[in-house]
Amino acid sequence: MAKTVTLDASGIYYRQLNEQIREAVAAGATNIVLKNVNGQRYIAGAMTGNVTFEVQGVPGQDMCSFMRGPKVRVKANAQDGVGNTMDDGTIIIEGLAGDVVGYAMRGGKIFIKGDVGYRVGIHMKAYMEKLPTIVIGGKAGDFLGEYMAGGILLLLGMYSDKPSEPIAGRSLGTGMHGGVIYVRGEVPKEQIGPGLTAQPVDAADKAAIAGIVKEYAKELQLDAKEILAADFVKIKPFSHRPYGNLYVPA
Amino acid sequence: MKAPERYYDFQKDISGCGVFGVIHKQRGLIPGDMPIRAMACMHDRGNGLGGGFAAYGIYPELADKYAFHLMCDTQAALDSAEQVIKHYFTVHEYHPIPTRKVVTIKNPPIVTRYFLSIKKDRPEEVRELGEQDYVVGAVMHINHKVPGAFVFSSGKNMGAFKGVGFPEDIADFFRLEEYSAYIWTGHNRFPTNTPGWWGGAHPFTLLDWSIVHNGEISSYGINRRYLCEHNYLCTLMTDTEVVAYELDLLIRKHGLSKEMACKVFAPPFWDEIARMPKQEREAYTALRMVYGQALLNGPFAILVADSTGLFGLNDRIKLRPLVVAEKDDMVFMSSEESSIREVQAELDRVWMPKAGEPVIVHLEA
Repeated sequence: MAKTVTLDASGIYYRQLNEQIREAVAAGATNIVLKNVNGQRYIAGAMTGNVTFEVQGVPGQDMCSFMRGPKVRVKANAQDGVGNTMDDGTIIIEGLAGDVVGYAMRGGKIFIKGDVGYRVGIHMKAYMEKLPTIVIGGKAGDFLGEYMAGGILLLLGMYSDKPSEPIAGRSLGTGMHGGVIYVRGEVPKEQIGPGLTAQPVDAADKAAIAGIVKEYAKELQLDAKEILAADFVKIKPFSHRPYGNLYVPA
Repeated sequence: MKAPERYYDFQKDISGCGVFGVIHKQRGLIPGDMPIRAMACMHDRGNGLGGGFAAYGIYPELADKYAFHLMCDTQAALDSAEQVIKHYFTVHEYHPIPTRKVVTIKNPPIVTRYFLSIKKDRPEEVRELGEQDYVVGAVMHINHKVPGAFVFSSGKNMGAFKGVGFPEDIADFFRLEEYSAYIWTGHNRFPTNTPGWWGGAHPFTLLDWSIVHNGEISSYGINRRYLCEHNYLCTLMTDTEVVAYELDLLIRKHGLSKEMACKVFAPPFWDEIARMPKQEREAYTALRMVYGQALLNGPFAILVADSTGLFGLNDRIKLRPLVVAEKDDMVFMSSEESSIREVQAELDRVWMPKAGEPVIVHLEA
């Protein structure tokens, strides 16, 4: 049986709020509802275990940084640094999200309904059973997946507030040396980082995309069929060490 | 108002500055309480070494006079500055800027304001100058040549208020809750490369221009030399100062539009220019060649206000956050959405502008 604790974050400084959350979890709460959140930093930061959060209001910087396990749903927009270096768990954002979502993420899932800012998913990495995944329902700014070393980025471009902009900003995947970026539809060639190309997806890719989309659509109450009713392309690293010869020519 | 001893040894904590701006397009008056609460929401973006606000429409009874805000180390510095002011201007009114004692605001300078018009019988040496160049010259003269005295605001029907402290404490010190304005900007400083001192707090202003900035202008050296060639002297030891003077040079003196000035500050990359249609390509190439020395390199999110409106701009690879939101006739710009929601919970639209693409809002009334 889930034990729910509701906390009113209105006017509470981030340290006190995070202390209250930790006390509640230590006392056995498994479902935390945070009301009137506005700008408090580090919510669910470094938390572990099977706990669920519902965040009502706009959380502050670095939400869920270093998180290992919990499931966090944000009923509004999120700011910068969501899921910074997170290790495990799930983040669902029902609005848009700011810059550097999933920076150096090592595991878990981040599902965003709308647009995201710049440098999302930079330096994500994967190891053995750890496969970090970010799904962006809207469009992304520059440097999406820059220096990516592992994991999956899925960019849909569907639920965007920016009809005139390209689906991804400049320097998409620049310097990536692991992982994969899937894009629904097409990406303008000039937006893709040096040496990379958008390639058609194969059967294994399609199965992977379908699995992720199914879960994403369920969490955000979207139509998975509609999302999948289009072609996808993939961007993969052209080399394990794209800059191996940058300073010391081979 | 000297830089603290060995300021370069101070411990640094991780953060970034915070900026907030709001404009009412129909010139509806927004009480000071709004920008103060918005800045307080982003308290942790600063470290108490600088806070400030700019407000437009606060001196309606003296709207045709230049409102000079001065900060002076000593009464002697103020007396010297006043002599210069009387040499150039007719003084219509002057008084200390109303302040109150605030525990956290230590050793404030003497802050005074003067409402001025140009002397009918101008001094010989500056008789030929246009009116606004004349005012700029007087500001540069005081800031450069009068020890311990600085003009930190010189526009009409607007004013800057700033100092060392968190923005909400600076607001308390200057009693900003007593003012109402149709444009406000606010700044929470986290000094990284230069001392946290009263003159170095944001906003930086000249005439009606004011700017608040999160980031750093790595091109400060070249920008400063370029401005020096045009008689703008940097005296405030903070990189952002160059932006205030470049705005004046490019927009007021050279007649560039705000859009074009923004493309000087944050130009498209050469590969983007190469893909443009011919006419655009030539225009952007010319801008980069003519104004190469005015380009702002380094990370920035800036909010710029003047008597006609408010705009926000990011550096071209967006190394600092900026969020824009609309509600009826008001437009908000901020480092964090939460600071906007703090003062306006319901919003019509929220978005993050593209790097290097200005969001320009004009007053309509």
